[in-house]
Amino acid sequence: MSEREIVTDVVIIGAGPVGLFAVFELGLLDIKCHLIDILDKPGGQCAELYPEKPIYDIPAFPEISGQELTNNLLQQAEPFGPTYHYNQMVTELEKQEDGSYIVKTDDNQTFKCKVVVIAAGGGSFQPKRPPVPEIENFENKSVFYAVRRRDEFRDHDIVIVGGGDSALDWTLNLAEIAKSVTLVHRRDSFRAHTDSVNKMRALVDAGKIKFELGQIANLEGEDGQITAVNIKSKDGEKSLPATRLLPFFGLTMKLGPVADWGLNLHENLINVDTEKFTTSEEGIFAIGDINYYPGKLKLILSGFHEAALMAQAAKKIIHPDQKVVFQYTTSSTSLQKKLGVK
Amino acid sequence: MRVYVTDLDGKEHELEALEGWRVMEVIRDWELPIKAECGGACACATCHVFVAPEWEDKLHPATDEEEDMLDTVPDVQENSRLSCQILMSEELDGLKVSLAPSSKPEEKVA
Repeated sequence: MSEREIVTDVVIIGAGPVGLFAVFELGLLDIKCHLIDILDKPGGQCAELYPEKPIYDIPAFPEISGQELTNNLLQQAEPFGPTYHYNQMVTELEKQEDGSYIVKTDDNQTFKCKVVVIAAGGGSFQPKRPPVPEIENFENKSVFYAVRRRDEFRDHDIVIVGGGDSALDWTLNLAEIAKSVTLVHRRDSFRAHTDSVNKMRALVDAGKIKFELGQIANLEGEDGQITAVNIKSKDGEKSLPATRLLPFFGLTMKLGPVADWGLNLHENLINVDTEKFTTSEEGIFAIGDINYYPGKLKLILSGFHEAALMAQAAKKIIHPDQKVVFQYTTSSTSLQKKLGVK
Repeated sequence: MRVYVTDLDGKEHELEALEGWRVMEVIRDWELPIKAECGGACACATCHVFVAPEWEDKLHPATDEEEDMLDTVPDVQENSRLSCQILMSEELDGLKVSLAPSSKPEEKVA
């Protein structure tokens, strides 16, 4: 993959509610943003963990779901034309001699910017790893947590573990090209879409795939290549010959590369001041659940406040020659023009 | 009222609990290590505990929602529950649970 470089004012790491609102606050000050998120969609925890759950403590919204909140924030940010980069994790953050930053992702995307805003919440979402001895030795060789290239699975004996949509969708999909597919789940009940479950049961009845009750006990194999997945259940243990394993237990948050950027941390959170929400590095700000200061409350509303103050400080770095006039959106015609209202 | 929590090193802790508190909140308030990343919304399954056999039948059965989330626990057992879904009450005074490996928070780097 060729190296690409994007030059922009601000890179926001994390497209959760606080990162999205930062686009709005920075936008009012004529600052352009690119956002990077490891998920395939915006909204962070609100979209990944509880899209349908009501939130009751967003000011002026007695009740709003995680997805509705995300949609509203996207709409609010839209006039400022942010660019979203999904399915990417920021791996490197380097300060340049001129004070700017180079940000690199695991998808070979490079950004050059004046300010970095870390709005990474609880860290980056990564697949839950089954507590199986030495599973890491097989990962990305014969054990995968996602299907990136379908051909990797052609003509293989595949074991898929889980009861959600990912497990069921890939069971149905890979059944077409695999040598064999065995779905393993802890109970005979699934949280996936009913339609997928019915299709899966039909394939089992037709003898095209297998379904086993149980969970992974351990793996057999060597040099990264599995030969069998041993499962355990109430009825005892069973060995399933397999050359590919796909465990689908959802995602969990990990701090990830944030720890390697030389910032002062407090128990895996980034220390900031409460005037500018700047980190120990000038030009790098941290807002939302990822930061720490005395009295910090991990609330979305706190992150919104932090975004507003951060934007004022970022403005001075990005446009040091411009005087900032404090204005209200209700009365300022120049702010209303930026928002595209008449 | 009290809840007894065994940590991953096998050490039992006697924790003072308040009526109506979620067991996850009691554990977190006493600063035992528990990830509980969604904060009690039954949306992440990282407050997973094993319930002592003598207490299993005294808890209300898991809801469909809790069962669905338990599907995302890779080290699930017959006595697995999400501690954010257990509310403390007089009947549960003395409850015994053990922290599950999948509830372990990330190591602190600083």
